[in-house]
Amino acid sequence: MSVDENMVRRIANLARIGVTDEEVPALATELSAIIGFVEQLSELDTEGVKPLTSAVDDKIRGREDVVTDGGYAEDVLANAPEKDDEYFAVPKVVE
Amino acid sequence: MAENNNLISGATGDWEIVLGLEVHAQVASNAKLFSGASTEFGAEPNAQVSLVDAAMPGMLPVINWFCVEQAVRTGLGIKAQINNYSVFDRKNYFYPDLPQGYQISQFQQPIVGEGAIEIDLADGVVKEIGIERLHLEQDAGKSLHDQHPNMSFVDLNRSGVALMEIVSNPDMRSAAEAQAYVKKLRAILRYLGTCDGNMEQGSMRADVNVSVRKPGDALGTRCEIKNVNSIRFIGQAIEYEARRQVDLIEDGGVVEQQTRLFDPKTGETRAMRSKEEAHDYRYFPDPDLLPLEFSQEFVDEIAKDLPELPDDKKARFIADYGLTPYDAGVLVGEAENAAFFEAAAEGQDAKAVANMVIGSVFAGLNKADLDIGDSPVSPAQVGQLVGLIADDTVSGRSAKEVFELMFEDGPDQGKDPAVIIEEKGLKQVTDTGAIEAAVDEVIAANPDKVAQAKERPKMAGWFVGQVMQATGGKANPQAVNQLVLSKLGLD
Amino acid sequence: MTDLTQMNLAEARDGLAAKEFSAVELTQAHIDRVSASASLNAYVLETPEKALEMAALSDAKIAAGEARPLEGLPIGVKDLFCTKGVRTTACSNILGDFIPPYESTVTQNLWADGAVMLGKLNNDEFAMGSSNETSRFGPVVNPWKAHGQELVPGGSSGGSSAAVAARLGIAATATDTGGSIRQPAAFTGTVGLKPTYGRCSRWGIVAFASSLDQAGPITHTVRDAAMMLTSMASFDPRDTTSVERDVPNYEAALIGKGGGDIKGLRVGIPQEYRVDNMPAEIEKLWQQGIDWLRDAGAEIVDVSLPHTKYALPAYYIIAPAEASSNLARYDGVRYGARKQGADIDDMYAQTRAAGFGDEVKRRVMIGTYALSAGYYDAYYVKALQVRRLIAEDFTKAYEKCDVLLTPTTPSAAFEIGKNVEDPLEMYLNDVFTVTVNLAGLPGISVPAGLDANGLPLGLQLIGQAFGEETLLRTASVLEEAAGFDAQPQDWWSA
Repeated sequence: MSVDENMVRRIANLARIGVTDEEVPALATELSAIIGFVEQLSELDTEGVKPLTSAVDDKIRGREDVVTDGGYAEDVLANAPEKDDEYFAVPKVVE
Repeated sequence: MAENNNLISGATGDWEIVLGLEVHAQVASNAKLFSGASTEFGAEPNAQVSLVDAAMPGMLPVINWFCVEQAVRTGLGIKAQINNYSVFDRKNYFYPDLPQGYQISQFQQPIVGEGAIEIDLADGVVKEIGIERLHLEQDAGKSLHDQHPNMSFVDLNRSGVALMEIVSNPDMRSAAEAQAYVKKLRAILRYLGTCDGNMEQGSMRADVNVSVRKPGDALGTRCEIKNVNSIRFIGQAIEYEARRQVDLIEDGGVVEQQTRLFDPKTGETRAMRSKEEAHDYRYFPDPDLLPLEFSQEFVDEIAKDLPELPDDKKARFIADYGLTPYDAGVLVGEAENAAFFEAAAEGQDAKAVANMVIGSVFAGLNKADLDIGDSPVSPAQVGQLVGLIADDTVSGRSAKEVFELMFEDGPDQGKDPAVIIEEKGLKQVTDTGAIEAAVDEVIAANPDKVAQAKERPKMAGWFVGQVMQATGGKANPQAVNQLVLSKLGLD
Repeated sequence: MTDLTQMNLAEARDGLAAKEFSAVELTQAHIDRVSASASLNAYVLETPEKALEMAALSDAKIAAGEARPLEGLPIGVKDLFCTKGVRTTACSNILGDFIPPYESTVTQNLWADGAVMLGKLNNDEFAMGSSNETSRFGPVVNPWKAHGQELVPGGSSGGSSAAVAARLGIAATATDTGGSIRQPAAFTGTVGLKPTYGRCSRWGIVAFASSLDQAGPITHTVRDAAMMLTSMASFDPRDTTSVERDVPNYEAALIGKGGGDIKGLRVGIPQEYRVDNMPAEIEKLWQQGIDWLRDAGAEIVDVSLPHTKYALPAYYIIAPAEASSNLARYDGVRYGARKQGADIDDMYAQTRAAGFGDEVKRRVMIGTYALSAGYYDAYYVKALQVRRLIAEDFTKAYEKCDVLLTPTTPSAAFEIGKNVEDPLEMYLNDVFTVTVNLAGLPGISVPAGLDANGLPLGLQLIGQAFGEETLLRTASVLEEAAGFDAQPQDWWSA
């Protein structure tokens, strides 16, 4: 399967990566080449094989319900590109 | 299936509303689902944010096991399938109050599967609403859009708070049913203690899926009204949205599947600007979290100390106390009310206690804007007062006064009813001699009324009233009645 | 006094213990060498003041007889590790001048054991690359040269490998998602150890692909790698994929001069690693390695890892898919460099278009595609199924052997710029290393010889899960047999 220009725009939008019209054709070619490469996988019969999501053969561990963190708004906001008082500030969102 | 009496009429005939709800209930935990930051309401902006909640580079989630227990507990409370193996997925989308760029949720394999809730409708009808699933997920932060002309502000205090999303089947057919469902679900959660059910503070809110169809037709296209945060608004939003869809279709239009917002100021819903079809959440198992696994023993332990739930309690109140289904339903609405009633009813006439709790107690609390836990009158005092009426120590009328004195802010607040009756001289007069004298006095003073009463026996009531007034309400009304009738020769 | 930058970790430790020199002297020697070696572009941030401060503390500890395991040893830190109060960028523009208010678990462990931080090392942007050419700070130059050409140091931990090879730090931290420790080690004549997934905490390391990322050291010797791993590894309750297991003293696993006895150890040779077009000298080196281990008493066993050829394609679905999600947090809201936009979505698009380099964009887009509606099953689920088959290949192979021996890379270091235009060609660098990440196993690259151009080549040993002790013991035997002592000629010092 090849990735066409519409698909490039669609996934660029999903990934929120701005692409210019000039960039789209080259991206389509590059992404198609990679997809072409990974498509080798379709040769393999994987019927009934359980997907492996983690190499860790262990049970999930949990925490107790105790407040151990937070209370440092200053640190949380220290690297913010833009802030107002104790808030992060972003271009206005219209819902 | 029962006939649907909730059809709404349009120009082309009747329409049926089909409703399904996704309720987001905040787990009553101290710390967040995947971080150790506090969940307490009302903190300064970004004061309850850990590095994990702010999605700093390299930060990792660690699950709060208490939240897992609460999800299982809730699942058991709605008689649902508990899945001993479930998976956390990432739901990917961009929004300023979603720091990770994904929400950790459960998609294909939720912790709780199918269950059911019975809702109580006005006419005593009980209807079962199917639950499709319950899963655990993180809440997002909060965006404030009205603080600045061209900026939105983001507070991440809620970011990462544990939510249970409880998804119903599209089984409801009217705003009233949807409201009854939310009330019932809220009661169950509060009984279980897994969510405080506080809708004003956002610990419970609903996404309402609304569609309309001609009865018997296939399901119509639905619109989802997001984040409705009160039972009243749920009703208003449904009424508005159903009518909008009917009008739209009848005008030749087509309902578009979309996400809408309810505006409490106008009572209307409107489409959100962001288009639903642009979403592709790209769910996949969160590689930072291993699958959520627990043993059957873990579930059994939780099942062991499940409290009695509203339905069971209601059935017991009807069976053991002889209450009407309506009174029982009202009393079990909140676990605290039911407990108050049971404490008051100990050794007393339960029906009379129920009346006083539902009448005097609830009215007083409502007027004073108090929670039942803060009631100035204790359950024992309610019981005592009912007992004092039953043994004719005090008349029903005086009892009201006694109750008010116990309840109201003043020197008598919190005093036992017997003490107040004694101090205020409200003891009922059962001495026939004293009552007889009062009756005689009234008859002697009103010869014309006596004459009238001979013609119209109903006039007897007037004499009873006069006697009661003359005795300051302390006379036993039955004794007065009997004496009036016999003295007037009407018995 | 001898040149204090010409020692390995164990030698420097012993020298400090014997008070032959001080930690401050040792550190100063490295600081000087680092600042004279800017042309290699190995460091993206030097922290000499911090280093000297830490070294002074180490001298006090040593004087008080309280030396910790890595006391006073100056090392470099890959810029993927968050360092408290010290700029951390993952070598991406999108992080701007991000200063973490926290320290990664791995580096915290190192500082707690007395190590001294010289600065932050260059890497491929977000660790995506095999040549260290995708960094926002520009490429790292391999201290090794052939025919006067500037070569890549491998990637993504190219700053780490170049720094150790050029002696700009006695050791370095690195991370490995598909080969990012072992391949650069092979390209620079250094030792690169990728531990078992879950051995080192990922907390505080900028994530690339969560289910594959693992921290490890690049060092001069196998013994040094053992020393570093002993400090870097820990069970960390903040990373639920870190495994609750005691950390042994890995150095203690190395016994005697050659590091240990491997008599009777079964060494598997996976036939599928004899890939088409494998250069003869790689093939020859591999055979040499087999002979060395056999001569040391190991039993050589032929094994099969039948799904090997599918590892790279599976990896190029799984890693980008996870990355597409892991990198969503770089949105210009809470930290990093923001580009203004017409509205919020435009702000995201502009910020991410300007902040990410081409390779990162490609991988994020491939990952987004693989997870999107309609493609998820065909690509992502399929890749996870193949991942299981690959993991099972290893399980079966380990019924017949204890460790595996393979080449680390299909070639020696190549020229800067050679593969930049062809991502697929670049991806093939990881052909021998990715299987190990997919299966979560430990692997180590040991410098084993020079090619015809005088460039180093590495051999890879792959161990069983948490079999680092056996792996290190075998590696030290290989190291001893190879007797690799070549060094790049210093052409770069200013």
